Amino acid sequence: MNAEVNIPVADLRSKQPRFRGMESGHRACLGCGEALAARLVMESAGPDVMLANATGCLEIFTTPWPESAWRVPWMHSLFENTGAIASGMEAAMKAQGKATKVIAMGGDGGTFDIGFQALSGMLERGHNVMYVCYDNEAYMNTGIQRSSSTPHAAMTTTSPPGKARMGKRHLKKDIVSIVSAHHIPYAATTSVAYPSDIRKKVRRAMEIDGPTFLQIHCPCPLGWGHEGDKSIEVARLAVETGLFPMIELERGGLVGAVPIRHPKPVEDYLQKQQRFRHLFTEDVRAQQELEHIQAIANYNIEIYGLLGDGQDNFDNEGMDTVKRGGLRWG
Amino acid sequence: MIEIRIHGRGGQGNVVAAYLLAMAAFEEGRYGQAFPNFGAERRGAPVMAFVRINDEPILQRNQVNAPDFLIIQDQALLHVPGVLNGLMPKGNILVNSSQTSQELTAEFKQNVIAIPAGALAKDILGRPVPNTALLAAFFALTGILSHQSLEQVLQHKFKGAVLDKNLNLINKAAELVPANQWKEA
Amino acid sequence: MLQALEGSQAVAQAVSLCRPGVIAAYPITPQTHIVENISKLVADGHLDCEFVSVESEFSAASVVLGAAMAGSRAYTASASQGIMLMAEVLFNISGMRVPLVLTCANRAVSSPLSIWNDQQDSMSVRDAGWIQLYCADNQEAVDTTIQAFRIAEATELPVMVCMDGFTLTHTLEGIDIPTQEQVDQFLPEFTFSRALDPRNPISVGTLISPDHYSEARHSHHQALMNAQDDIVAMDQEWAKISGRESGGLVSTYGDDNAKIGILVIGSVFGTLKAALVDAPPNEEPVKLIKLRSFRPFPIEAICKACEGLDNLIVLERALSPGGGGIVGIEVLSAISGMENPPTLHNFTVGLGGRDIPLEILPRLLEKIRSNPTPNQFEIFDVELDRLPEEDR
Repeated sequence: MNAEVNIPVADLRSKQPRFRGMESGHRACLGCGEALAARLVMESAGPDVMLANATGCLEIFTTPWPESAWRVPWMHSLFENTGAIASGMEAAMKAQGKATKVIAMGGDGGTFDIGFQALSGMLERGHNVMYVCYDNEAYMNTGIQRSSSTPHAAMTTTSPPGKARMGKRHLKKDIVSIVSAHHIPYAATTSVAYPSDIRKKVRRAMEIDGPTFLQIHCPCPLGWGHEGDKSIEVARLAVETGLFPMIELERGGLVGAVPIRHPKPVEDYLQKQQRFRHLFTEDVRAQQELEHIQAIANYNIEIYGLLGDGQDNFDNEGMDTVKRGGLRWG
Repeated sequence: MIEIRIHGRGGQGNVVAAYLLAMAAFEEGRYGQAFPNFGAERRGAPVMAFVRINDEPILQRNQVNAPDFLIIQDQALLHVPGVLNGLMPKGNILVNSSQTSQELTAEFKQNVIAIPAGALAKDILGRPVPNTALLAAFFALTGILSHQSLEQVLQHKFKGAVLDKNLNLINKAAELVPANQWKEA
Repeated sequence: MLQALEGSQAVAQAVSLCRPGVIAAYPITPQTHIVENISKLVADGHLDCEFVSVESEFSAASVVLGAAMAGSRAYTASASQGIMLMAEVLFNISGMRVPLVLTCANRAVSSPLSIWNDQQDSMSVRDAGWIQLYCADNQEAVDTTIQAFRIAEATELPVMVCMDGFTLTHTLEGIDIPTQEQVDQFLPEFTFSRALDPRNPISVGTLISPDHYSEARHSHHQALMNAQDDIVAMDQEWAKISGRESGGLVSTYGDDNAKIGILVIGSVFGTLKAALVDAPPNEEPVKLIKLRSFRPFPIEAICKACEGLDNLIVLERALSPGGGGIVGIEVLSAISGMENPPTLHNFTVGLGGRDIPLEILPRLLEKIRSNPTPNQFEIFDVELDRLPEEDR
């Protein structure tokens, strides 16, 4: 450190203007997890990028013509072809001998479901693209319909609870494992509640010459049924309960997981969201479903080793560390 | 304009035979057209291809329904309904067969010339692909195009040992038939 | 110099001469030989481009869209089910006004499954907002492919070059492949005014409200109408270099004073031309009208070609079930503005690869003599006795 430099801490932020690939002023709902996550991704990705964006909330709220929140070249084509559009952009960069990094973005519907084939093709062909999936666990753009990412027992407009049903009957698709099974150099999950973790993983992915994949867990206050100011808290609980493990995979193998040490019961997370309110009734099935969901969390904790095996204080990649922003420059 | 229909089985080089014929026409500054009647054929299924040779550009693209000549790569196809359809009254049939020309002419009441093209190819190429041998015999019988043109198109298509074997094969095959017997046709 | 080439091989060479940066394709009969030949040119080092072997036609169209938007000349080819699968992307490409070229190796659309030639595929995406040029022979396919890149880049509209599957793609015939110098002289390096560039970032494919949508659609329509001039100009300009015209928007063949006209689209033109050459001298003269540009639909040029006709047969290779002819209806609407429009007779022929023999000409002429009812649509050559009573 140069002792001559003396900047008041309060001015640090304004003295270090960050690149804003996605500007404020867009039309996202208040508390939108996806908008915040996209801003964080763009900050870390830098200006020499080109974006392919799937149809979805992000596309709609950032580009009501003739306005646009994007300060980087940005293209939206369709819902289900983002992997292929990005492949084409990357092929063009190669053909032109340019180093501009291509980024693809889609929601869980555009990634897990309708755009899955194009994504798989992109990964298999080894295009140098960073694919970012903003996972808010349902088709929010069309008004909260279930996707293959919707967690078990969650209520959506197409998986409503009733006499015969307790919300979504099926499990959340394990997309990152499927993606990683393409033996791509890097795939990771992260959460909008952990900006430092997002930055770290974006930087890691950006450095790699090849296909990489990030799944970012992003609450949708409207779809999940919580206040907009609770987004970060809810997202953090998904991680702290073990329901959304933050992991890294290289070439198909697990190389890292953010330890959670002292897992919270899943009720802590579920209770904060209206989409799970039918699980907190006298119904005996509700109790069963809570047990099922706890079992899912326990399973994640076990297979990803989320309890860790060392002392909290010496962690360099523990929950508390990322919460404090300790890995920002990591 | 001369119209030729080639019958064979998938894997016998039917389309190649048709293309080589048309290519030989271009070697002599004439016009050729060749196209397959493709199906979803697999090896062994009956297939056919069409060839036209003319001194003027060829305009029409319809199938050859009234051929002047039939080239048949597998004698069993002679018995398949439709194979002989539309052959012009004075039309001729060249067939890859182990039977004699006399036997087949008597049986089918058409001018048939038979050569053991498959067996000859097996001897020389190691594979019973009758197409180039039949073409050589066809050129010798009709005089429509020269043996040299066939050699030239083979030289465009093959190289080295494969070319040498094919050139050997077509020389032998051309000698198996009476030269210019079908010239009038 | 004429070379004996298969149509697909010739088109592959033409594409290669246009120096594309990115090619993406998925195999489908009868398009396969085109992309196989291109792959070989790439593998042998004759063509330096990014060849992306995608996992579907949907992605093929998407990859070339992404590539062109990112500033590279891009090409793809497909047919039939592939065109159907691409349909959503086709609308997207043209709506974004992205220049690229697609070869459609025309084939029937399932079901029933047919791998053979008709033009149901490209006709079914008539409204996708692409320029559609139909080729009568393989020489036209080569020349039109080269012109297509230039037209696309001048108009910022995608161009679909339609060539009959098998009938052209799998036919070996004499074709003149232009030299690289000729093509370079005609086709400048790829430029696209809205190519994505981090130094000048723009957003494309955005959401658009009812306040602006109609204007966007009008611009698109107007661009296609205006493209008529470019299609004619490029054909003439290429003719100056190559010595060959491909027939602009519409061209005619035969007796200009004829009272009977036959309007055709695609490779059936050659067969009818041969039939006219062979026709007995006492036969009534006939004028052939070759429609090359189906989109934009050249109303003026069609009317001009139809002047003086009493009867006009529109012969097409697809149909709109429950409606009738596709080209026929449009031609009928086009000629309705003429002072003395000919009586129109609309037939669909050669569906799903059915052979169109030379005798089609006398049979058509006989048909309109014996049945002068105008504006009727009929699928020619249907053997009704093979159908159940209620389907006849």
